[in-house]
Amino acid sequence: MRYASDVGALARKDLLLELRAKETLPAMLVFVVAALTVFHFAVPHGTRHVAALGLLWVALVFTALLALTRAFVAEREQGLLDALVLAPCDRSAIWLGKTLAVLAFLVAAEVVALPAFAVFFSGVDGRTVLAVALADVGIGTVGTLLGAMAVAGRARELLLPLLFLPLAVPIVVGGVGASAGAGARYLLFLVLYDAVFGLLSWAAFEYVVAEA
Amino acid sequence: MIRARRLGKRYGERRVFADVDLDLDRGGLLLVTGPNGSGKTTLLRVLAGLAAPSAGELQLPPREAIGYLGHEPLVYRELTPLENLSLFGRLYRIPERGERIGMLLERFGLWEVRHERVATFSRGMQQRLGLCRVLLHDPGLLLLDEPANALDSHGLELLGDVLADRGRAVAVATHDPRSVEPLATERLAFA
Repeated sequence: MRYASDVGALARKDLLLELRAKETLPAMLVFVVAALTVFHFAVPHGTRHVAALGLLWVALVFTALLALTRAFVAEREQGLLDALVLAPCDRSAIWLGKTLAVLAFLVAAEVVALPAFAVFFSGVDGRTVLAVALADVGIGTVGTLLGAMAVAGRARELLLPLLFLPLAVPIVVGGVGASAGAGARYLLFLVLYDAVFGLLSWAAFEYVVAEA
Repeated sequence: MIRARRLGKRYGERRVFADVDLDLDRGGLLLVTGPNGSGKTTLLRVLAGLAAPSAGELQLPPREAIGYLGHEPLVYRELTPLENLSLFGRLYRIPERGERIGMLLERFGLWEVRHERVATFSRGMQQRLGLCRVLLHDPGLLLLDEPANALDSHGLELLGDVLADRGRAVAVATHDPRSVEPLATERLAFA
């Protein structure tokens, strides 16, 4: 119960910060709509649905990268990770609270992105929505861990995309496969990715925030 | 509270400090002095458990018994003082935290602005809030890095009261030790 209470307090804090600063979510919304608009004009009319779905996933992954880049800004600029790490709560609660906040931003961006995709290209089915939800979990768990790692580095703006994009390749593979109707095995693949990388990220956070 | 023997820290080839011996108990005030870049902050980070020592032995109290104030006040600027202290009060599982938070905000002259965003505060007010944060869980060990930063005369008085409280062990790192010197029981000078 205490763990859940800590996670809730930390996630609530991040949502409150965004509500006040209004920096991350508006940027994500503008970016994803702009990206889909560019794709709409960049690809030939009548492009196959599967190719268009690929563009949707590219837009979603890069939009997520925006959220992840901003995830630890308050902690980085004000040295607050020290204060959080010193609190006697389980350190993984910091990661999980941040992950939940990132997930909330991703879902909010996708609430706009999926209808926009339907307008520019074609509608999305339930399988795509499910694949996006599963991908969000993977992006949030892995991306938050990598965001914390990047905070410690000097070239943090460069480091996060370099670390995150290779690890996002399986998410794109699973997402495109699932939304293109290539079988339930792609959805299972995303579930497996979420489980394995979620567990690894949960266990690794303690070591990421502990300075050697 | 703190026992250190031949404590050392290096980053790669660069030695920050070496062979530091320390014994600090409740009622003791350790004054760490030295110019900028001499290793004061790194020593406090090691004593807080935020950085691992490279050499030597170190005994520290548990995390919940440590209050650490770094160069920054370590509070969220987009939150109010009340929201900041409520968050940390929850993480530190402080019983009756509303009462404790109210008492600290009153003591440090922040009660009237408890609902205003910290971003609108002067640096001195932020430092006072940082002191509230480290005292919130009534730690047995206080680690303060340049705590007098930006404090006005009233703020310095309040800090003096905190340092004079002999119910806890305190380590203060500063390049300007004049106000702390009379209270110090242990001294460590970095070159």
